[in-house]
Amino acid sequence: MPQYLLLMYQPADGGPRQADGSVITDPEDFKAEHERWMRYEQDLKDAGLYVDNRGLAGAEAATTVRVRDEETQITDGPFAETKELLAGYFLIDAPDLDTALEYAAKVPSARYGSVEVRPIWG
Amino acid sequence: MTVPPGPEDPTAAVERAFREERARVLATLIRQVGDFQLAEDALQDAFAAAVATWPRDGVPDQPRAWITVTARRRAIDRLRRARATADRTARLAELARLDAQEHRPDADPPAGAMADDRLRLIFTCCHPALAMPARVALTLRTLGGLTTGEIARAFLVSEPTMAQRLVRAKRKIAEAHIPYRVPPDEALAERLSGVLAVVYLVFNEGYGATQGDRLVRGELCSEAIRLARLLAELMPGRPEVLGLLALMLLHDARRGARVDEHGAFVPLDRQDRTRWDQGRVREGLRTLDRALGERRPGPYQLQAAIAALHAQAPSWEQTDWARIAAFYESLGRLARSPVVELNRAVAVGYAEGPAAGLDLLAPLVREEALANYQPLHAAHAELLRQAGDRAGAADAYRRGIELSANDVERAELERRLAAL
Repeated sequence: MPQYLLLMYQPADGGPRQADGSVITDPEDFKAEHERWMRYEQDLKDAGLYVDNRGLAGAEAATTVRVRDEETQITDGPFAETKELLAGYFLIDAPDLDTALEYAAKVPSARYGSVEVRPIWG
Repeated sequence: MTVPPGPEDPTAAVERAFREERARVLATLIRQVGDFQLAEDALQDAFAAAVATWPRDGVPDQPRAWITVTARRRAIDRLRRARATADRTARLAELARLDAQEHRPDADPPAGAMADDRLRLIFTCCHPALAMPARVALTLRTLGGLTTGEIARAFLVSEPTMAQRLVRAKRKIAEAHIPYRVPPDEALAERLSGVLAVVYLVFNEGYGATQGDRLVRGELCSEAIRLARLLAELMPGRPEVLGLLALMLLHDARRGARVDEHGAFVPLDRQDRTRWDQGRVREGLRTLDRALGERRPGPYQLQAAIAALHAQAPSWEQTDWARIAAFYESLGRLARSPVVELNRAVAVGYAEGPAAGLDLLAPLVREEALANYQPLHAAHAELLRQAGDRAGAADAYRRGIELSANDVERAELERRLAAL
C-alpha cells in the first residue's frame, strides 16, 4: 500500500489555535485540543492506516546545515523564514491519494494551519 | 456510429478509428494497465500497427476491439522491458489474465463497463489535486480530440510548455496514486461540480478571449459542448450537467454574431440576431427544459434560463428584463458575486427604469475591491446617462475608458462618451 507523509505546518507564532485562528489560552480549550489529537491518532489506528507520528520542537531550536565545496555551513533557524512552519508529521498507509487527503483534512491543525500531503517515493 | 457502405480506405479507417475510438479505448486501457503514460504509449503503438497492417490485411470488422487488444499486448511488451516499474509482476499477471479471457478479439466489451471507464477518466483528469491548467489540458488531450499543439495554441503557450504540463500531470497521477475511479456517493456532487467547472472553463476560453487562433478557439467551444453531452449521457438525472450544456449551446448559438466582418467584437445589444444559429438555440432550449424538469435548480440552470430569455427576445429592447432580473436575484442567492449583482442591476435598470438600477449599483460602486472593475464603470455610465445625469455619466465613461484592456471596448465607450 502506498505511504504518505502528512506534513503539518502551523502559524510561526503562538501555539495551538481555535478553528477561528485565535491562539488557545484557556486550559479547558487546551484539554479539548489535546483530546482532538488523541482522537485523530486513534481514528488512524482504527482504520489501520497509522504508521508513525512526531511533533517537532519549535523553529527557534532549528539549525540548518549545508555543505558547499566540502565546507559545512551552519545557520541558526529553519531553512526558510515563512509564516507557517513545519510542526510535525504523521506517516500513514493509504490505498490512494483520496484517502490520504481525507485524513489530512481531519488533522486538527488543518483548521488553522495547513497539511502538505507527500507520497513516499516508490 | 454509422459504418460507411462499401470497403473503406484503410488509411481513412485508421484516422476514423483514432478520432472516434481513442478516448474510449484509452479510458479502458488506463484502468487495465494502471498507468496513464503507459496506456497512452501503448495506444500510440497500436495505432502505428494499424497504419502498418490494415492496408495489407484489410480493416478489421471491429476496429475498436482490434485496437484495444493490440494496445494491451503492446503494454505487456513495454512493461516486460520496464524492469524498474512498481508492482510490475502483479500488473503483468493481471494483463495476461485479461488477454487470455478475451481471446475473441472481435467482441466489444460491454457498453456499461465502457461508460464507467470514461467517467473514471473524466473524474481523474479533473481531480482537484491537479492544478486547474493541468486539469484543462489533460481533459482536452485525453478525452477530446485535440493534439498537444492545438491545445498549446488555444492557451497561448508553446508546445513544449504544454507537453511538459501534460507529462507533469500524468506523473503526479502516478506518483501520488490519484485513484482511477468515479468518486463515492458522498463526494460525487462536489467532484462533479469540479468537472463542470473545467468544462465551462474550456468553453469560456474558446468563447471569451479575443486573442489567439480563432479556429482553434472555436474548437474549444465545440469540445466543451461535446464533453458536456458525454457527461449528460454518462450521468443522466443530473440537472446541472444539462444546465451547463444548455448554457453553452445558447451562448454558442451567438458565436457567429459576436464578431463583425473586421473581426471586432460585437456586444449582445448590437448583434444581428438573424445570424444566431437557430438549431443551437432550439437544442439549448430543449436541453434546458429537460434540466428544469428535474426540479432541482442550480447556478448553471439559472444562467441558461437567462441566456434562453435573450435567445428568444426579438430585440435587446424587447427582452423580458423583469424575468432576467428575477433570475439574477435567484442566482445571487445561490452564488453571490459582484458580477451577478452588476448584471442584476443592469436588468432592473431596463425593467424598472434607471433609478432602480442605480440603487442596486450604489453599494458596488462604493466597494473598494471593485474600483478597477471596468464593466462596473461602463454599466454605471450607461445607467447614469439613461437617468439624465450627463456629468456623472461622462465621469464614469472616462473611468471605464481608462480601465479598458482592449481597443474595441475602448472605442465603444469613447463613442458613447462623445454621443452624450
